[in-house]
This record gives sequence, C-alpha cells and structure tokens, in this order.
Amino acid sequence: MRGEIVAFCCERSAYPAADLAGKGKLCYPDNLRVIRIPCAGRVDAIHILKAFEKGAAAVLVLGCEDGACHHITGNIRARERVRYCDMLLKEVGLDGGRVGMFNVAPNETHKFVRIVNEMNEKIKESGETK
Amino acid sequence: MAIPFREALKTKDFVVTAEAGPVKGSNVSKMVEHVGLLKDKVDALNVTDNQSSVMRYPSLGTCLLIRERGGEPVFQVTCRDRNRLAIQADILFAWSREVTNILCLTGDSIDVGDHKEAKPVFDLDSVQLIHLVHTLNSGKDMAGNDLDGDTDFCIGASATPSADPIEPQLIKVGKKLEAGVSFVQTQAVYELDELKRFMEFVRKVDGKVKVLAGIVPVIGAKMAGYMNENVPGIFVPQYIIDELAQTPKGQGVSKGIEIAARMIRQMKEERICDGVHIMFIGREERVPEILEAAGLA
Amino acid sequence: MEEIKQMIAPYNKLLLAGCGTCVTVCWAGGEKEVGILASQLRLARSAEGKEISILEATVERQCEKEMAAELKDKVGEVEAVLSLACGAGVQTMAELFEEKPIFPALNTAFIGMPEKEGLWVEMCGACGDCFLDRTGGICPMVRCAKGLLNGPCGGTRRGGKCEIDPEKDCAWVLIYRRLEKQGRLDLMRKYYPPKNFRAVKSPGRIQAVKA
Repeated sequence: MRGEIVAFCCERSAYPAADLAGKGKLCYPDNLRVIRIPCAGRVDAIHILKAFEKGAAAVLVLGCEDGACHHITGNIRARERVRYCDMLLKEVGLDGGRVGMFNVAPNETHKFVRIVNEMNEKIKESGETK
Repeated sequence: MAIPFREALKTKDFVVTAEAGPVKGSNVSKMVEHVGLLKDKVDALNVTDNQSSVMRYPSLGTCLLIRERGGEPVFQVTCRDRNRLAIQADILFAWSREVTNILCLTGDSIDVGDHKEAKPVFDLDSVQLIHLVHTLNSGKDMAGNDLDGDTDFCIGASATPSADPIEPQLIKVGKKLEAGVSFVQTQAVYELDELKRFMEFVRKVDGKVKVLAGIVPVIGAKMAGYMNENVPGIFVPQYIIDELAQTPKGQGVSKGIEIAARMIRQMKEERICDGVHIMFIGREERVPEILEAAGLA
Repeated sequence: MEEIKQMIAPYNKLLLAGCGTCVTVCWAGGEKEVGILASQLRLARSAEGKEISILEATVERQCEKEMAAELKDKVGEVEAVLSLACGAGVQTMAELFEEKPIFPALNTAFIGMPEKEGLWVEMCGACGDCFLDRTGGICPMVRCAKGLLNGPCGGTRRGGKCEIDPEKDCAWVLIYRRLEKQGRLDLMRKYYPPKNFRAVKSPGRIQAVKA
C-alpha cells in the first residue's frame, strides 16, 4: 500500500460518487484505493492507523452530507474519530492533515475527484508518494 | 512598647491591626523598615505565612523582628506546609520568644502559588489548629503528653463574611467560635450589609469575641478583576470596580485608600464591628495614610 | 507519548499487555487501547526508519497472579513489556516476570467513577478511615482540595466552587446541601478532630480471616 491514498467510502454516498467518476471518465490519481463500507461511522481509529502502518500516505473517510446519514449519526461519529486519529498521529510525530473526513452526495463526482486530488497534492508536497 | 494585644482587645473601643508581608529572600531590611513604620500605629501587626502559597521568609522570623523592636506581632500559622509535629514545635518556639498572639488558618492551596508541584500537607485544618493551641495552653501536646513549659496564646481565627453560599461558611465559623477564640480577622469586606449579617451571626454564638473587618484597598479596576479571579476569598463588587474605572490614571492608589477609609469610618461610626484589619501587601508604607484618612491616627 | 517512547527506546521486540477490568472501563488500557498504542508505536518507529515488533495481549485482570501468568509464553518471546494496567497490574507483572523489564504506559490517578460519558471523577482516596457516614456520602478527603474534615475553607469561590478550579464544586458546599436535604446538618456542626493518617500504615497490608 506504499504511497497510496486509502479512501473509506460510504456505500450510499461516496462509493457511488467514486463509481460514477470512473464511468464518467473523470481523472483521479492511480494511487487511490477505494474501500467500500456500509457507513462512514463503521470506520474506527484502528482501521485508519492500520492503513498508515501498511504504508498509506493519506486516509480519507467519505460519508453522507449532514442530515443525510442513513444511520443518523454515522457521519458525525466518523468526523470525531478522524479528529481523534489526527491527534494520535501527531502524538507520534506524523504531521497533521494526512487524514480527513469529507461529506459528499452520491452524484457529486467532481467533488469526490477534487477531494482526492487535493489530498494527493498535499502528500506530494511532503514527499510521501513514491 | 506596645501593650499586649490581648489587653488592647479588652480595653480599646476600636481595634486596629495591619499586616506585613515578608520578603522573598533573606534580605530583611525593607521589612524592618515597614515594621518600624507601623508598629506604633497599630494595636498588632500580623505576619503572613507563605501567603497565597508563595514561598517567603517565615512568619515566625518576622514576628521575632517585630518583637525585638517592641512591637506586638500576630503569628499567622497555616496548615498547608507543616504537619502537627512541626506546627506544635514552631508554636512552642514562638511562645519562648514572647510571640503571644496566633492566627489559626487553613491556608491557600498550593495551586495558587509559585511552587505548584509541592506536596500539600493539610495534616490539620484551622478548627483543629485552634483546638491544638488550647491544648498547648493547657500544658499538654496533641498526643496527650505533659509539657515542660506550657503556653498562653491569645488565639484568633479568620472568616469570609462575603462567602457565597454563606451558610456552610457560617457553620465553619461557628465551630471556630465554639473552639474558643479571642479575635476574628475577616477576609476583605466591601459590602457592609454582608458584614452586618455576619456580625449578627457571631454575636448569637459568642458575645465577647472581637471581630476586626478586613480592609484590602483596591487600586484599579484591572487589579480588582485579577483579585476576583485569582485570590481566594476576595470578591470586589461591581460598584467599586466602576468607581475605580472612572478614576484618572495615576490616582488609583489614592482612590483605593479613599474608598477604604470611607468604609472604615462607617464601620466605626455605626459600630458595626470591633475594629479593622488592614491588608495592603506590597504597599505597607501607605498604611499610615489610610489610618489618617479614616481618623484612626 | 514522549515518556513511553523513551522507556522502550532500547527495545525492538515488545509485548503490549492490556487489562480487561478498570482500565478498559475508563478507556485507557483495554484491548482496544492496546491496539491503538501498538499501531502508534509501530508508526513512530517506522518514521525513524527503524523496525519494532509488537505483540498484543489483554488479560481479564492484570493484578491477579493466575490471570497475569497466562501471558508467560508471550513474555518469554519479547525483550520488554509495556503494561497498560494500573499501578497494581504493572507491579504484579513485574513480580511474576522478574527478569523482564516491565514499563507502565499509564499514570494511575485515582479511584473514580464516570460522571458522564468519558468524564471520570475522583471519588475515593483509599485512606483507610472512611468518613462517608458523617458527610452524607461525600468524601472530604479527595473531593475537597485540602482534605478538610471541618470545612469549607475561606477560599470557596462564588456559587460554591472550589478555590483551585472554578469547574469543581466545593465538596463542603455539596456536603452542606446533602445534609440539609436529609435534615442532618448537626453532623456538619460537629467538631471533627485531626484525622488518623496512619489508619492503614504504608505499605498497606490486609489479611482476610476466613470464618
């Protein structure tokens, strides 16, 4: 997983957006690895940390927009966990901003691509990708 | 030579005491100056004990300096820094050097001071300390052993008339009065109604104890804010903060003195309490001005 | 984290040992926290360009010799153990596995309870001379910043808050309100003599007597 951007994508929002982006032949970096999950709230701190242990350069957690979560508060919990994870990473000297939580609607393909590209730029600047 | 404080409490109409704050260091020259300035103008001079948990020259040491110059010291003892053995030992020493007045305090917490990592002792509290002095006065130590040479201290306690809620504080004061004290020096008073309410309670429990209202001149609105936030037991009310806020720059100290003197006059004229205890730490040399302005010189 | 990294700096093979009881309840040292800390330490080492091998194991109660002993095999495989148990658990491990360095990952602070989710407050100081009968069930030793038996002190902040922290209630104001509710303020008016601080002498030792 060296240098990859791991994106945990909620199957109701971000995953369809990623899928549509592909179908619409929108370009996103080839170091993106999409992981489909039932809800952003399914992602726990340990999953994010393990992704970094396996060599990921950045982790994205993408869920539904506020108020749209099928599991009501999944996206809110995800946001708090991502914040917590950012702190855990800073504690061991890994600079912040390499994990982020974002909200997308299932048809927001351009937004999805923009988020991935922006994170990719960020990690390129800090020299993390191969 | 000042008359013993015990006598002054019995005979004087309006008792006046003040406070000297020891130096941070071993250079006692300024303290000696303050002592010289105040010892004959007041009935007794208190010396604080690591006040606000800031380490300083000891109260007992300064009491000796006062005694050497013929003044009447009040030895302030807190429970924060010493256990029951050390406290009893210090008190016996004090008595042997003619320090005969003692103010029994719990002590500010370590956190407000400058040695924040120190271990707080609090082996005793102020009420237990009052009982302890009585025990020594009766010729025994706390463990029940007979003493070769007892003491006869004039014992005092402190109180906070402006505490909110007031009821728990009054229960505590009640215990101090029941333990037996000759005088009470209160924390700073700014609201005379609160003082009156306090005096009503005290008189019900003990008609003889002398209550000296605490006077702490406030010299600026910012200082008042700082004190309210950081100094335990002090609450400067808004009307005083406003009065100070309107005072032109450079006149803060005079204004503070004016306000203090005004309050003292009222306390004396209306016979609200038995006297005052003036605390102007850091500005001890201005205390005579307060006494003048209040008509106590 | 800095202290932990320093403790384990000389070692390349570690066991992170969690405990399933108190530290799990307060989200400090259970199986989940072991996983997170292990992950953090691997990332930290890797950022230094070095390797570390970390085993993870959690027992039900690290302070019970039979349970801690279950870790024998894993302890045998590593150079040192980082224990996420309380001070009692760390020392039990240290006694069982005398030849192996055992390090504490936590600072054991107090005996407490959750006031609300995620907020633990100190309730008991294990002083060996319980006073709760006289204060309506509120401990003055640990909940009063000065441990007063005849409180409150003169430093109570407005609104009944503690001198040292405006977020903390003055224990004696709480005691007053509780006793007032029960009509037992006479208990607060009583004089309480100095505490026996050696009720249970240090180091504490209690031998149960079987009936």
